[in-house]
Amino acid sequence: MTSDDGGGSPLLQCQGVSKSFGAVQAIYKVDFDVRAGEVMALVGDNGAGKSTLIKGIVGIYPFDEGEVYFDGAQVRIHGPKDAADLGIEVVYQDLALADNLDVVANMFLGREEISNGLVIDELAMEHRAQEVLESLSVTTLKSVRQVVAGLSGGQRQAVAVAKSIMWDSKLVILDEPTAALGVAQTRQVLDLVLRLAEQGFGVVIISHNLHDIFEVADRITVLRLGQRVAVFDKAATNQQEVVEAITAGDLAHVPGMEAAI
Amino acid sequence: MSDDTTTAPSPPSEEGVRTAGFETPHEGVSDYVAERWRAVQAGELGSLPIILGLVVIVAVFGTLEDNFLTAQNFTNLLLQMAPIAFLSIGIIFILLIADGEVVTIDLSVAFVAGTGGTVLVLLQRPDDPGWPWWAAIIACLILTTVIGLVHALIITKLGVPSFVTTLAGFLVWSGVVLWLTLDFTDAGFVSIQDQTLIDISNKFFSDDWVGWVLALIVVGGYAVFQLNDVRSRRARGLGTRPMPIVLAQIAGVAVLLFAAVIVANRDRGIPLVTVILAVFLAFWTFVAAKTRFGRHIYAVGGSPEAARRAGISVDNIRIAVFMVNGFMAGVGGIVLVSRLRSTSSNIAGGNLLLEVIAAAVIGGVSLFGGSGRIVAAFYGALVITAIKNGMELMGLSSGFKFIITGIVLLLAVLIDSVSKRRRTMRGLA
Ligand SMILES: Nc1ncnc2c1ncn2[C@@H]1O[C@H](COP(=O)(O)OP(=O)(O)OP(=O)(O)O)[C@@H](O)[C@H]1O
Ligand SMILES: [Mg+2]
Repeated sequence: MTSDDGGGSPLLQCQGVSKSFGAVQAIYKVDFDVRAGEVMALVGDNGAGKSTLIKGIVGIYPFDEGEVYFDGAQVRIHGPKDAADLGIEVVYQDLALADNLDVVANMFLGREEISNGLVIDELAMEHRAQEVLESLSVTTLKSVRQVVAGLSGGQRQAVAVAKSIMWDSKLVILDEPTAALGVAQTRQVLDLVLRLAEQGFGVVIISHNLHDIFEVADRITVLRLGQRVAVFDKAATNQQEVVEAITAGDLAHVPGMEAAI
Repeated sequence: MSDDTTTAPSPPSEEGVRTAGFETPHEGVSDYVAERWRAVQAGELGSLPIILGLVVIVAVFGTLEDNFLTAQNFTNLLLQMAPIAFLSIGIIFILLIADGEVVTIDLSVAFVAGTGGTVLVLLQRPDDPGWPWWAAIIACLILTTVIGLVHALIITKLGVPSFVTTLAGFLVWSGVVLWLTLDFTDAGFVSIQDQTLIDISNKFFSDDWVGWVLALIVVGGYAVFQLNDVRSRRARGLGTRPMPIVLAQIAGVAVLLFAAVIVANRDRGIPLVTVILAVFLAFWTFVAAKTRFGRHIYAVGGSPEAARRAGISVDNIRIAVFMVNGFMAGVGGIVLVSRLRSTSSNIAGGNLLLEVIAAAVIGGVSLFGGSGRIVAAFYGALVITAIKNGMELMGLSSGFKFIITGIVLLLAVLIDSVSKRRRTMRGLA
C-alpha cells in the first residue's frame, strides 16, 4: 500500500472504514492515514464522526467494514489491548488519571515493575518516569512523587501523554488535548505534540481549534457527517479553506440514508 | 547503575548530578519541613489530627481521672482495643475502594465476626465435636472469608450497592449468631475450654526481656528499612528525605515503643494480642503499600475509570477486598471471643460496628476512597478505646458516652471532608 502524496509509507492506514449505530451511519467509507513522525489533525463539526473513527481504530467499536493496516500489515484490532500491543495509544480528553496517586504510580498503573517477584520496584519506576518526562522536556513538574490531584491541566495532559509513550508505542492519538486549557498551558501541550512527532511518533490530534491545528499539524483530515471530505497539506491550505470543508465539503450519496444537509 | 532495569537509553549522569528538569526534592531539613507544612495546608494531613487527638485525650482524662494514666489501664487499653483494630483493618480496605462519591461500606462486619467467633467456640467444645484449636481457627477464617466473597459477588455481579447488601448481611448474620447460640446450646452461652484459644487475648509476656526484644526487633527492622531506602535512592540519584529527618523518625518510633514496653512491664507485660496485631498491621501495610494488588486497590478507589483503562479488573479488586475484609472479620471474631472467653447471644452487638468504622475514619482513612493507611486501624482503635475507657473510669452515663463518641466521629468525618475539598481545590487552582 502506498500513500497518495509522497512521504514515507503510512504507519496507520484505514481504507473505506464504516461504522453505524443502528440507523445512524456514524462514519461511512472513510480513508485515513498517518505517517511516522507526522502530526495528522482530525477535524470536523460535532457529530462528524471523529471519536467514532478513533474508537474503531483502537477496537472499542470495531468497524463494520473496511481494512486497517498498521506498519504495512493488515491488522484486526478487537480492543484497546490489541491496539496497545501494536503500539497505538490514545489519550482521551478526560485523561483518566487516578488523582490520589502520584505521577509515577499513574504512569505505571497496571504495568508496575516488580522486583523480588512481589514488591513494586519504586526506584526503577521513578527513574524511568523521570527519563520519559525529561525526554519530552516536561519541566513544569516539580517532582514525580507529586500527587496528580495537585497538578494543573497542562501538567496532567503531559503526564497522560508521557504515560502513553512509555510502552514501545508508535502512534499516539490525542482527543481534544487543549480543550480545557488556558493560553500558556495550551502552548505547553502543543510543544509536546511537536516533540512527539520529532521523536518519530505518528501523532493524531483531534481538535475544534483551527488555530492550534495550524500550529502543529502537517496534514489535516476533514470529516463531515461521517465522511472524509478533504485531506489538506497544511503548507498548501489556509483556515478558511478548512472551515469550508468542515461546513460544506462535498458528500457522497450514502445508500439507504437521506442526503442530509 | 548496573541494576538499571530500564531499557531506554539513559543520559549519562554522574553520581549525584541530577538530569535537567527535576530538582532534588527537599534535601535540607528546613526545606523538608516547609514542604510538609505546605502539604498539610493543602489538605494532606497525614497523622497530624490523630496525634493532636491523642494529646487532647491524655490531657483531658489524665487530669480528670487519676486511674487513666496508669500502667494497668495502659495494658487494659491494649486488650480492649484489639478486636476493634483487627476489624478496622478490614474496613479500611473496604473504604479504600469507595467509588467516587458513593461510599463502600460493610455494615455486617461485626456480626460476621460474631458468627465466625461463635462457630469457633462451638467447634472447640471438648465433648462435641471437639476440634483442635487450629482446626477451629481455620474453619472460622474460611467461613468468614467465604461470607465476604458472597457479599462481594452480590455487590459486583448483581450490582446491589454495598450499603444495602451489607445492611441485609447485618440482619442475616445477627440472626445466625442468635440461632447458633440459642439453638445449639442450652443457655445461649458457651465458654471456651481450649487454653490456646483463651491465651490469644489473655496472655501477657510477663518476662520483662520479651517486651524489650520485641521492641528492638521492630525498631531495628524499621531502621534498616528506612536507611536502606535512603541509600538505594541516593545510589540512583533520586531525591530523599533529609537524613536528620529519617533519624528523627527512627528515634521517635524507638522512644514510643520503649516507653510502651516500660509502662507495660510495670503491669503485666506486653499482651500477646498486641504482638499479633502488630504482625497483622505490618503484613497488610506491606500488601497495601508495596504490592501491585495494593496499588490497584488505591487506583480503584481513586478513579475506577483510570483503573479500568489501565487494564485492572475493577470487579476482581473489589471481590478480593471484600474477601480480605471477611478474613479480618474472622480474625477479629477470634480475638473477640478469646477476650470474653466465650460466646453468647449478644456477642458482637452493641456499638462494635460503629466503633470499628469510627476507628478507621478517626485514623485518617477517607470515606471518599483511595486515601488512608493501614496503621489508621491502630491509631483509630486506640483513640476510640481510650475515649470509651476514660469515660467509663469517670463513671459517665451511657447516654453521655454515646453523645461524646458521636461528636468525635463527626469531627473525624468533618476533617476528612474539609481536607478532601482542599486537596481537590488545589488541583483546580
Ligand atoms: N455509542 C453510540 N451509540 C449511538 N450513536 C453514537 C454512538 N457514538 C456516536 N454515535 C453517533 O455517531 C455520530 C458521530 O459521533 P462522534 O462522537 O464520532 O462525533 P465527533 O466527531 O467525535 O463529535 P464531537 O466533536 O462532538 O466529539 C453522532 O451522530 C453520534 O450521535
Ligand atoms: Mg468526539
